[in-house]
Amino acid sequence: MFPTPVANASAPTRVAYKVALPVSLLVWLLPLIGVMVTSIRPGSDLAMGNYFGVPSSFEIGNYLTVFQNTPMGLFILNSFKVTIPTVIGAIALSCLTGYALATYKFKANLWLFFMFVAGNFVPFQILMVPVRDLTLKMGLYDTVTGLVLFHVAFQTGFCTLFMRNFIKALPSELIEAARVEGVSELRIFWYVVLPLMRPAIAALSVLIFTFIWNDFFWATVLVQGTHAMPVTGGIISLNGQWVAQWHLVSAGSVVAAMPPVIMFFLMQKHFIAGLTLGATKG
Amino acid sequence: MFLVYVIAPIGQSIAISFYDWDGIGAKTFIGIENYIELWDDEAFYTSLYNNVLWLALYMLAVPAGLMIAIFLNQTVTGIRIYKSLFFFPFVISQIVVGLIFSWFYAPNFGLFTKLLEFLGFEGIAVLADERFVTYGIIAAGLWPQIAYCMILYLTGLNNVSPDQIEAARLDGAKGWKMLWYVIIPQLRPATFIAVVVTIIGALRSFDLVSIMTSGGPYGSSRVLSYYMYEQALSEYGFRMGYGASIAVVLFAIMMVFITLFIVRMLKDEREGY
Repeated sequence: MFPTPVANASAPTRVAYKVALPVSLLVWLLPLIGVMVTSIRPGSDLAMGNYFGVPSSFEIGNYLTVFQNTPMGLFILNSFKVTIPTVIGAIALSCLTGYALATYKFKANLWLFFMFVAGNFVPFQILMVPVRDLTLKMGLYDTVTGLVLFHVAFQTGFCTLFMRNFIKALPSELIEAARVEGVSELRIFWYVVLPLMRPAIAALSVLIFTFIWNDFFWATVLVQGTHAMPVTGGIISLNGQWVAQWHLVSAGSVVAAMPPVIMFFLMQKHFIAGLTLGATKG
Repeated sequence: MFLVYVIAPIGQSIAISFYDWDGIGAKTFIGIENYIELWDDEAFYTSLYNNVLWLALYMLAVPAGLMIAIFLNQTVTGIRIYKSLFFFPFVISQIVVGLIFSWFYAPNFGLFTKLLEFLGFEGIAVLADERFVTYGIIAAGLWPQIAYCMILYLTGLNNVSPDQIEAARLDGAKGWKMLWYVIIPQLRPATFIAVVVTIIGALRSFDLVSIMTSGGPYGSSRVLSYYMYEQALSEYGFRMGYGASIAVVLFAIMMVFITLFIVRMLKDEREGY
């Protein structure tokens, strides 16, 4: 283990480390803490210049205001409507592509795989004009469906990379054995491979959920009105509306950030596994 | 077989998304005039310069992430909670990060201004000052990015072979020497991924610029991606062709990195077989 475990260090070092931990964490999360405190601060505090002191009262009302006076509820609903189908769609497709790329040997295999990988790193801007055009032509501009379709297509690139590497790491004897037994490909996939892929699916779901939830660029490009706008785009419009009402902006931000945060804490192990799967090998 | 059935449509949808990138809005063929115009466009150079700045400063996330990872790589009670809390900024939407930092930098009352005043300087309205605005936004972007690199390195550190550390320790390696000659070489895969995601992040930077300044003041904080959006879709005009040409430049820059990445993956694959 590196560095030397603190437990073996001298007593003062141990104490210093224990003090340094919370202090550094506090500094690291300072901006976030500030926003959280502000979100429960009554508006009058801000008016009086009490920006960073202790809030004069605990004001849960800010959150109520956010939901009552703005379409925040709708924004959040939209976000879910975009995020959940995307996660399901992208994962389902990438399970299949990943399986195909990992188990079949054919000429274009590697190139197809690299196409997925490369597509994953492409800057969004190069896609922006054609995708917007396509969405308009299909009559899906300004709808949740249009957004979902694009996200599924794009995220499949990343998911395929992930799934393919995961399946590749599974013992190939399993699949070979099933083939020798004469099990059909589809059944192999369904009964042999899919159950083994559970951890990968869990990890990817959390990751994609976060990515899509936090997407802002495509929300602005493919959606205009309130009715289909996800929460990231929504919060921006609110920001303009409440120019100096930071307590409301803060409350809104906290609400917008909540679902991925909850997701992260519930599925932390999978989340980190998902992020680092590529890092530990290769 | 289902292979062709499934891959084909996905391949297509991805192909379509790549396809028409050289000017779909420009119905009349004007050849390379967009690029000629780009050549003389001062705003383009500002954006390009800012992109380079992003790229260079964003790289700080890699060593910073490593430092935090080393700092946290201990086994004391509650360390897991610390690790996940340190990782927190990455989970939060860039939008929210942008809002948080706008507030942090706010003139008159922002925490940053207060800090400067406390240190005896005059407060700076970071986001309204041409000289500092890009640095301010990059700092905001670094926050989640460092968290990301940190988690990559934490996993990497877990996989460092204890035998080698023991051996190096017997040879009298300590502290910096140990880090440089024994640990970092073993962290190469993690470093590679960290560098790749950081480059992509830097070149893709859009959300933060859009939220914090909308490219202002006077376009001084624009980056290529934002400038492209501005040209093609915002109230400044619907110049799709021109916007696309900016995107192509961005794409070309990115392509250099993508190619490097693919070449390396190809090498790994060949060795793997």
